Amino acid sequence: MSATLQTTETRTMNGAEIVLQALKDNGVEVIFGYPGGAVLPLYDALFQQNAIRHILVRHEQAAVHAAEGYARSTGKVGVVLVTSGPGATNAVTGLVDALMDSIPVICLTGQVPTHLIGNDAFQEADTTGITRPATKHNYLVKDIRKLAGVVHEAFYVAKSGRPGPVVIDLPKDILIGKGPYSEAPQAPHRSYRPQSEPDMASIQAAVRLLKGAKRPVVYAGGGVINSGPEASRLLGEFVRMASMPCTNTLMGLGAFPSEDPQFLGMLGMHGTYEANLAMHGCDVMLNIGARFDDRVTGRLNAFSPNSKKIHADIDPSSINKNVKVDVAIVGDAGAVLKALIECWQADEQPQDRAAIAEWWRAIDGWRGTGCLQYRQEGSIIKPQHAVKRLYEITQEMGRETFITTEVGQHQMWAAQYFGFQKPNRWMTSGGLGTMGYGLPAAMGVQIAHPDALVIDIAGEASILMNIQEMGTLAQYRLPVKVFILNNEYMGMVRQWQELLHGSRYSESYSEALPDFVRLAEAFHARGMRVTEASQLDDAIREMIAHPGPVIADIAVAKDENCFPMIPSGAAHNEMILAPGQEGGVTGVTDEGKVLV
Amino acid sequence: MPDSLETTLRNATIAVLVENEAGILARVVGLFSGRGYNIESLTVASVDADRRLSRITIVTSGTDMVIEQIKAQLDRLVPVHKVSDLTLEGPHLARELALIKVVGKGEARMEALRLADAFRARVVDATIESFVFEMTGAGEKLDAFIALMRPIGLAEVSRTGVVAIARGPGGFEA
Repeated sequence: MSATLQTTETRTMNGAEIVLQALKDNGVEVIFGYPGGAVLPLYDALFQQNAIRHILVRHEQAAVHAAEGYARSTGKVGVVLVTSGPGATNAVTGLVDALMDSIPVICLTGQVPTHLIGNDAFQEADTTGITRPATKHNYLVKDIRKLAGVVHEAFYVAKSGRPGPVVIDLPKDILIGKGPYSEAPQAPHRSYRPQSEPDMASIQAAVRLLKGAKRPVVYAGGGVINSGPEASRLLGEFVRMASMPCTNTLMGLGAFPSEDPQFLGMLGMHGTYEANLAMHGCDVMLNIGARFDDRVTGRLNAFSPNSKKIHADIDPSSINKNVKVDVAIVGDAGAVLKALIECWQADEQPQDRAAIAEWWRAIDGWRGTGCLQYRQEGSIIKPQHAVKRLYEITQEMGRETFITTEVGQHQMWAAQYFGFQKPNRWMTSGGLGTMGYGLPAAMGVQIAHPDALVIDIAGEASILMNIQEMGTLAQYRLPVKVFILNNEYMGMVRQWQELLHGSRYSESYSEALPDFVRLAEAFHARGMRVTEASQLDDAIREMIAHPGPVIADIAVAKDENCFPMIPSGAAHNEMILAPGQEGGVTGVTDEGKVLV
Repeated sequence: MPDSLETTLRNATIAVLVENEAGILARVVGLFSGRGYNIESLTVASVDADRRLSRITIVTSGTDMVIEQIKAQLDRLVPVHKVSDLTLEGPHLARELALIKVVGKGEARMEALRLADAFRARVVDATIESFVFEMTGAGEKLDAFIALMRPIGLAEVSRTGVVAIARGPGGFEA
C-alpha cells in the first residue's frame, strides 16, 4: 500500500519551526532538555514562542527520566531535546530504560550538519547507530521535505502498539534550512500496523479455560497501565466478576487496587508468599500485559508447572518468548479485558464455585504467614516501617500522591509497603533497573501534576547518581520530596553479598556520604535528618507540609534484608522468608549464582 | 537467548520484505547479534524500486521457540512489511550463486572443465592457467563442487548466500 500524504495545509518554515509546529500539533506542552551547539536553532525557535514550555535539566539522562515520569503519570508522550555527541550519548541510559519499560518518549537529538556527518566533527556521534538497539525506532533526517512527516510518524510509533522511545536525529543544516510544513497524514503507515483488537477465537478459548478453572490467578502488568485508566477499571471488573485472586508485577502496581481483598500483592523475586504460591499452584493463569520476566518467573522449568497459561500482550514477540503458553491473545490490554468480560457474560458454562472457595482458603492460609511482617522495636528505624508510615500518613492526608523510586532495596520496600489504588501513580525503573531514575522522574511527574504530592523514595547510593537535578527542582520551584532510606550501603548489593558471597562486602559500603541536610540547603531546598523511630511520623508530616522541595534523610537499620526473596535460580515455592517466619529455605545453586 | 526448554534445533529460511531505506540492514543484523541468534546466510537486494522495497533472505537455526521469536522480533521492526518462514510454510525453492576460481595447467585444467560440465557450472572467465566458474543451485550442490575443485586447484570462492521463494501461485506482497 502506498501512503498518500493528505496535506491540508502547506507552509514554509525553517526546520526548527517545523519541529516545534509538529510538536504542538501532537499536543506537546512541555519538553525536557539541555542546549548545545547543534540544537541552537531549536533553542532560538523555542525562545520566540510560548506554546511549549522547556524545562532545563542538569544532565541529559535526567531529561529522559523526567520525560518518562511525565509520560507514565499522564499517559502522554514525553519529549526530550538534547544536543549532538555527548548530549545524545548521555541520553542513552534513559532511552534504554524507556525501551525496557515500554514508555512513550520522543528524543530530539542535534547532529552536526549533513556535510560533516562521518568526518569526526566536533561533538559528532553516530547517534542513530548508537541508539538503534536503545529505541523502538529512530530517524536521521537528511531531507527537510521529510522533516514534518518524520516527527508526526515518530509520535505514532512512540505511542501505538507497545509504546517506546523514538529518536529523531536532526542535523543543524536541516534545522536552519527552509522547507514545507505538513500536518499528520491520515493514511495508515506503510509497514508498521500494530494489532490492538484481539482475535475473538483466542478470547473464547481463554474464557473456556478461565470458566473451568479450579485454581485461577490473574497476573497483570504494565501493559494494563499503558493501555490507560479504563483498562485498570476493566481489570477490576473482571477480577471481581470472576472471584479470582489478582497479583501485579512491579510495573503493574496500581492496575488493581492494593486495598482490594482479592489483591495478593506483587509477585516475583520480592513478591509476597501468597502471590508466588498462587502462581505456583494455580491451574489456569491469565497473564495480561506482563512479559514473564525472569524477576517474575524464577527458575523457568519449575515455573507454575501444572497450569494452563493464557497470555494477552500487545507485542507478539513477548508471547512464547520465555514461557510457552496455551492461549495467546495479541491485543491492547483494555480491548482484551473488554472482550473477555463480554465473552464471559455471554458464556453459560458455570464456574466451579466450590473449587474456587477451596482455592481461596489455601490462599488465606498462605496469607496467614504474614510474609511482610516486621518488628519495629527500639529507636532504630526499620526501612519497612519508614515506607509503611509514609504510606499511612499520605493516606490520612488524602492528597493525590505519586511515588517514584531509585533502584535497590528501597525500591522493593516501596513496592511492598506503599499501596496504590489507581494506575499512573507509581513510576519505577523495572526492566533496566536504573539507579538515578527516581529524582528526575519525580521532576517530570511534578511538572505534569503541579499540585500533587510527589515523593521519590530513594536510597543514599542511588540518589547520588542524579543528585544534580536538585538544581532543576530549585529553578522551577518543584516541591518534590526525596525520602532517603539511608542504610549507608548499596543495600541490594550488600544483601546479595551476604546471601551469595559469604558476607564479603566488596565495595558496597557508602563511604564518604555527603551531609544530605547541607546538600539540600546548598540547592535551596529544605534538609531533614531523622535518626530516631519516635521522630519519624512528625518528620514525615513536616516534609509533606513544607511547600518546597525537601530531602528527608532517614537513617534506617543498616543490615536489614529485603524479604520474601526467591533466590536466583530457584522456583516460586522455594522462597526465603524473613528470619522467624515459616517457609521453605533453599541454598543457592551454582547455576543460580550465575544469574543476576 | 532464553532458557528454552526445547533443545531440538531446526533450520529456517526466512524471507523479510522491508522498506529500502538507510540503516534497515543494520537493524536486522543488530537484532540477530544483540539477541544472540545465529545467521548462516543473509542476502539483500532491492526487489521493487518504485515502491522502495527490498527483500532479505536469512538462513538461521534454532529451536522452534527461538525461530518463532526471530520472526516476531523481525516483524516488530518498524520498516518491516512482512516476514515469512519459508521452511515452515510449505515447499520452497532455495538457490545460491557462486563464482569459483580454479588455477592449474594441463590435466588438472581439463579435469576441472569436465567436472564443471557435469555440474552445469559455466565458464565465465578463462586464462591459460585459470578458470572462473559460475554456478547456481542448492547450497549442497555448490559445496560438493567446491570440494571437488579443492585438490585440483581451488583458488578463490565467492558465494551470494541463499535466495529463496515459495513454490506455487501464492505471492509475498507488502
